[in-house]
Amino acid sequence: MTAILEPETRVGSGEDLGAIETIRRGIKHSPELVEGIRGTMALAVLASVGQVVVPVVVQQTLDNGLSGTGGPDLGYVLRAGLIALVAIAVTGWASFMMTSRLFTAAERGLSTLRTKAFRHVHDLPMLTQSTEHRGALVSRVTSDVDQVSQFIVFGGLLFIVSIGQMLIATVVMVVYSWQLAILVWLCFGPLFLSLRFFQRKLSAAYTLSRRQVAKMLSAVSEPVVGAAVVKAYAVEDRTQERIDREIHATSAAQIKAQAYTSVFFSLGGLSGGLANAGVIVGGVSLALAYRGTGGELSVGEILAFAFLVTLFVGPVQMGTQILTDAQNAIASWRRTIGILDTPADLVDPGPSGVVLPRGPLSIEFDAVTFAYPGGRPVLHDISFEIAPGRRVAVVGETGSGKSTIAKLLTRVMDITHGQVRLDGVDVREVGNVSLRTSVVLVPQEGFLFDSTLAENVRYGRLSATDEEIVEAARVLGLGDWLAGLPDGVRTNVGQRGESLSAGERQLVALLRAQLADPDLLVLDEATSAVDPRLEMRINRALERLMSGRTSVTIAHRLSTAEAADEVLVIDAGRLAQRGPHADLVAQAGSTYARLHSSWVAQQGS
Amino acid sequence: MSDEDPTPQRATTTDGFKVLGVAIRREWAVFTLSALGSALFGALTVADAWVLGWSTDHVLVPALRDGEIGAGWLWAVVGLFVGVAILRAVGVVARRLGAGVMQYRMQAHSRRAVTRQYLALPLAWHHRHPTGQLLSNANSDVEASWAPIAPLPMAVGTLAMMVIAIGQMFWTDVVLASVAILVFPAVVVANLVFQHFSSPLMTRAQQLRAELSGIAHESFDGALVVKTLGREPEETTRFRDKAQELRDVNIRAGRIRAAFDPILASLPNVGVLAVLAVGVGRVSSGAAAPGDVVQIAFLLTIVAFPIRSFGWLLGEFPRSVVGYRRVQRVLNATGRLTYGKARTSRETTGARLRVDGISYAYADGPTLLDGVDFEVEPGRTVAIVGETASGKSTLTMLLARLVDPEKGRITLDGTDLRDLDAGEWARVAALVPQTAFVFDDSVRGNVTLGADVTDDEVWSALKAAQADGFVTALPNGLDTTLGERGASLSGGQRQRLALARALVRRPRLLILDDATSAVDPEVEQRILAALRSSASSGELRDGANDTSLVVVAYRKATIALADEVVHLEGGRVLDRGTHTELLARDESYARLVNAYETPEVV
Repeated sequence: MTAILEPETRVGSGEDLGAIETIRRGIKHSPELVEGIRGTMALAVLASVGQVVVPVVVQQTLDNGLSGTGGPDLGYVLRAGLIALVAIAVTGWASFMMTSRLFTAAERGLSTLRTKAFRHVHDLPMLTQSTEHRGALVSRVTSDVDQVSQFIVFGGLLFIVSIGQMLIATVVMVVYSWQLAILVWLCFGPLFLSLRFFQRKLSAAYTLSRRQVAKMLSAVSEPVVGAAVVKAYAVEDRTQERIDREIHATSAAQIKAQAYTSVFFSLGGLSGGLANAGVIVGGVSLALAYRGTGGELSVGEILAFAFLVTLFVGPVQMGTQILTDAQNAIASWRRTIGILDTPADLVDPGPSGVVLPRGPLSIEFDAVTFAYPGGRPVLHDISFEIAPGRRVAVVGETGSGKSTIAKLLTRVMDITHGQVRLDGVDVREVGNVSLRTSVVLVPQEGFLFDSTLAENVRYGRLSATDEEIVEAARVLGLGDWLAGLPDGVRTNVGQRGESLSAGERQLVALLRAQLADPDLLVLDEATSAVDPRLEMRINRALERLMSGRTSVTIAHRLSTAEAADEVLVIDAGRLAQRGPHADLVAQAGSTYARLHSSWVAQQGS
Repeated sequence: MSDEDPTPQRATTTDGFKVLGVAIRREWAVFTLSALGSALFGALTVADAWVLGWSTDHVLVPALRDGEIGAGWLWAVVGLFVGVAILRAVGVVARRLGAGVMQYRMQAHSRRAVTRQYLALPLAWHHRHPTGQLLSNANSDVEASWAPIAPLPMAVGTLAMMVIAIGQMFWTDVVLASVAILVFPAVVVANLVFQHFSSPLMTRAQQLRAELSGIAHESFDGALVVKTLGREPEETTRFRDKAQELRDVNIRAGRIRAAFDPILASLPNVGVLAVLAVGVGRVSSGAAAPGDVVQIAFLLTIVAFPIRSFGWLLGEFPRSVVGYRRVQRVLNATGRLTYGKARTSRETTGARLRVDGISYAYADGPTLLDGVDFEVEPGRTVAIVGETASGKSTLTMLLARLVDPEKGRITLDGTDLRDLDAGEWARVAALVPQTAFVFDDSVRGNVTLGADVTDDEVWSALKAAQADGFVTALPNGLDTTLGERGASLSGGQRQRLALARALVRRPRLLILDDATSAVDPEVEQRILAALRSSASSGELRDGANDTSLVVVAYRKATIALADEVVHLEGGRVLDRGTHTELLARDESYARLVNAYETPEVV
């Protein structure tokens, strides 16, 4: 299915969220982030005060205790040193408490966020899920969240502490001399003004570099994943050229981003040098201007001021570094929030949901029309009824819309117009648990999880014991197959079930459906050819699985249609014919007769 | 040589330096530049203090004492401070940019080398290694190898700065310097203790991240199963449990970090206080001047912080060494297909292929093919039929010369395939493998693979493969980019595209390894009809005669098209003949191909 989809059915990228809005929304989704934030902030203030006070006290001790008017003063040094030690201890304690609390809050909040986002992916309609690469969805709940957590714990609060430190240094500077304080801020002015410019440049450079890395990794995977094709067609040179081009473009993009970062980072030190010169020149000028008024600055005060400038430069440099990291973190946060912002339009009716009675279900399609968003209708005004316990096959050419019927019946997508009723109840009004218990889909390719066969079958019924699984296999005529597996039900099926053949994976899917014990079985017949002997087994198991239930099979082989009680023929989204195989085949010139004759021809001699 | 994981060797610090040595030799100019930048930065950090001292002595003190100062002196102050700051900024840029250039270039070098090796090594080698491992060799292993380059220049600069600072301290006052340098081992010990507590947690967190990602990957892959069986709550619990385990490990690692960061940050201050306490005594006794104490305290503060860059450097070593070894294992792998000098005739008739007693086995694995013989006459179709694992796919690989037989030979018009020049065989034969591979390229690029082919020819190949319909419907037709591995196409569409890729080359031999398995049977029927009619009429190759065709198939309709059927069982040819002949005399063949049509409905 390659329908070009409207933006609203895609998984949200969150790209239109501003930075502040992203943080606000992020906190809303992870309330743990701001739990006890007041205490953490108080500790942060204490820690930032300490960051300024400790060096000042050390500096004072050095100045007054050693070069004071009365010569070296051991008593003063010891007293001041003790104060400094206490200040160091208090700062250290505050910083420890602050960081631990921050780690706890961030990790708790983000673990909640990723779990929510993970669940939301499963709640999205099938159609929306398919608009995004699996790998990209995975990274939105894994590495993207890691990025945010790294940033919050290493950058976020450090950023606040840095700003606090800058403010405290400013306050102390103002106390010494407001004129010089203004002068220092003026020296840093160009840096602060250029922040937005650099932020934009950095953001663009990092986005480009990230995209380029993805393209490069895709190119690098070609000689591995496509090894057979590359070698069989002797296109090694062309493949290498493509790879080299992407590798080159990648390092160019990465180096460009690094160049911006380096220049940006160097600006803090540059402003610091300017500020130092300003303090000496300005301090001298002020001292000369106010000479004799009693309000002039002393040598010691000017030097103390120069020292405060260094306390100011540190956090500015830290801040620019953090802003760089912030670009990546905010982008990651956006992507995760983007998932949660995508509407999950298959809404569970909740407690008011109808519980379907057990026993074979009746099906009614009442004037059903379905269109993919932004596309032409795939199904037009389809109406039919199926009595409980009937075995129905749906046939039609590729693209006729027959698979869509399976998706609507199992409600992995919702219809545009009309109603789909099970046992007389609109599927949208059936409670999710009841719907999933009563209706089971066996998809074209039986997906298996990397676990034992038994664990996979239990997706059908969680409480099933190994004995029940063996019994279910016996019922489906798969007892000897199961017994022939190396570890029976405990056999490990490998990643995506790769230790089993395609046909065996289908058998596991049937076993899973048998344990789920549905009242309506919807089968999307596998198209891929498997070993004929296994095919036989599959058919026998299917036969037994369908007995005693209503079943709808999306048939790709007319032999399946032949065996059904009734056949629905879909042609270009409309119900063209319905009835038993024998009747339909007899209607000369009909869609079914045409399909049948081409199938007969295909079976060959 | 076994290229599987050797017994895990410990990654020593020496090994880490050896890996760095490789990078330094390869990019010595960039390294020198960034190391000089870092040293410049260090020297100028010290110079900054010197400028402040000079300004105090020559400008500040005289100005405030005399009540006046010449403007020239003030300009000198500005010039010195700004000059030092600019040079220092140059140092920062050189250091950081240099580290980046060196790191990214080394990554590029490694990736180029690894992919060249992937392209050169035979398919048999590829089969011995899991795809995921080869991809991570080219990706995360390369990244890990060169990760220590980032903090390298900083560490080199710090080392220079330390040597200078320690020298200066001892020059100033031996006793005070001895007290001051106690801070260095204290920092190192604190770092070691920190590593000791935190690195097991870091390793555990890394492992949990991989597991979490595995759960998400699998769960999203199986989304349809999860949704239709209503297993969202169980899947969420599975994910949440792992996420919480990761959370708890991260919090524990965070606490350790929270404890060590303030300790490391306070060590220089404590050191300064110690210098001061001892300094007061020495100044009182006249052994040292107050300026000496101030200078040593200052030197201590500026060197103590960057010392941690050694920690960052050494911390990257274990991952780097492991990654480097994995990459080296690929680069050192041996084995090449050898080529002769023979050219193929420029004839346009179908290929005449003789398969002469070929056997093949995986290295120390089971025998897959054992003495297989058959011929393909020009323009004829041969079907290979057999149960799963009977050796059919292996046979197509040998026919396409992706691997060479251990015994026996395959000849084209009498010439052994191994005697053909490189690239010659690919001009004659086209293989369409079972799983269609789609390049991250346009539709056109995927069909032509860079060959000089007109759009008309591309369209007629697409048409023969029944792919023209869906390609026309793509937003940009032939120019539509298909994305990584053609994720936007269905399995059947990918297969049809792969078929068009083979057809556009007008091969003299076409090898289809169950290449239409995901295509709807009716569409498959049309493809085969088109192939057959165009093969016999010569349309497929523009007026040339008959393409020879080898088809691996399950479906009877496909098999029925063949002039001859080769029935494989357990890697041996059980029987050869027409479909009708085999049906009549080969019992297991009849059972195999008839199983489809006569399901034993019980």
